[in-house]
Amino acid sequence: MSDKNKDTQWPLWEVFVQTKTGASYTHSGSVHAPDKEMALQIARDVYTRRSEGRSIWVVPSEDIAATQPKDAESLFDPADDKPYRLPTYYRFPKGITM
Amino acid sequence: MSKKDALFNYCLRLGDNSLILSQRLSEWCGHAPILEEDLALTNIALDLIGQAREFLTYAGDIEGKGRTEDTLAYHRDAKDFRNLLLVEQPNGNFAHTTVRQFFFSAYAFHLYSALKASKDENIGAFAAKSLKEVTYHLRHSSEWMLRLGDGTEESRKHILTAIDDLWMYTGELFENSELDEALINEGIAVDASVLHELWNETVQGIFHRINLPLPQEGYMLKGGIKGVHTEHLGHLLAEMQFLPRAYPDAKW
Repeated sequence: MSDKNKDTQWPLWEVFVQTKTGASYTHSGSVHAPDKEMALQIARDVYTRRSEGRSIWVVPSEDIAATQPKDAESLFDPADDKPYRLPTYYRFPKGITM
Repeated sequence: MSKKDALFNYCLRLGDNSLILSQRLSEWCGHAPILEEDLALTNIALDLIGQAREFLTYAGDIEGKGRTEDTLAYHRDAKDFRNLLLVEQPNGNFAHTTVRQFFFSAYAFHLYSALKASKDENIGAFAAKSLKEVTYHLRHSSEWMLRLGDGTEESRKHILTAIDDLWMYTGELFENSELDEALINEGIAVDASVLHELWNETVQGIFHRINLPLPQEGYMLKGGIKGVHTEHLGHLLAEMQFLPRAYPDAKW
């Protein structure tokens, strides 16, 4: 963690919980923990107390690369006027029935 | 002493251990070193209160005098409690709480592992359910033992002090009551003395990793299972029992 982000707490970990076997892992929140083993235990106590989980991932928050909100316009708005990228834009040719 | 009395006494001991340790852990609520650990400790307290409810309700049923889990929890005095001295010891600092939890969870893990094969179906079922919980308690407290014992000079000093302070209460974990003999012979209860070696192995496994020798056996203070407690239990009960005693029909 870079010095400017350092506070008095342990490093931050992002928690992803799988609710049932085979399902995708969903971001639940974050916890402070000294290391990955403790992060898993703490995540278990904080986010799966009401039978929400079958499996947990924890990832150091500092290792997650994220886009910046200020870049959203340039990154995502250009897709708004390009309906031809959606399958629903196209009509079925004659002779093909659903 | 009839078999009924013996079974009542045995379930009371199991229930009281969980109840008193749960009350101790819940004292941490809002005071733990970090928010996440606050949740973890109260989580464990809730697991233990669940176990206490099962065993005390069953004890009341066996006794057959109409006493419920609440009557047993709130309307007995210190001399009638049958919990181990270890679980009534004060929270001290976080190292004390960690060592107490580690010693007890290692014991409970081996106890319930054996007890889930009890010939008494109810005890067997309670033990099987409780085993899942105490397996986690053991893991949680073991991880803390490793981190504090092998952390900084200061954290290690606190762990060593806590081990010194609590070691003399561990001898009682492996004592049977004279009432237990028939239950042990019938495969209902577990002979506590056979848990000693298993417990030693578990504790030694962690101590070895943080380079601590297992303390010498030394003087062991006992008496909990006979109702002879340390002075701490009375204070704990005063707080735990105040409301139901002051307002007997209170609902919340």
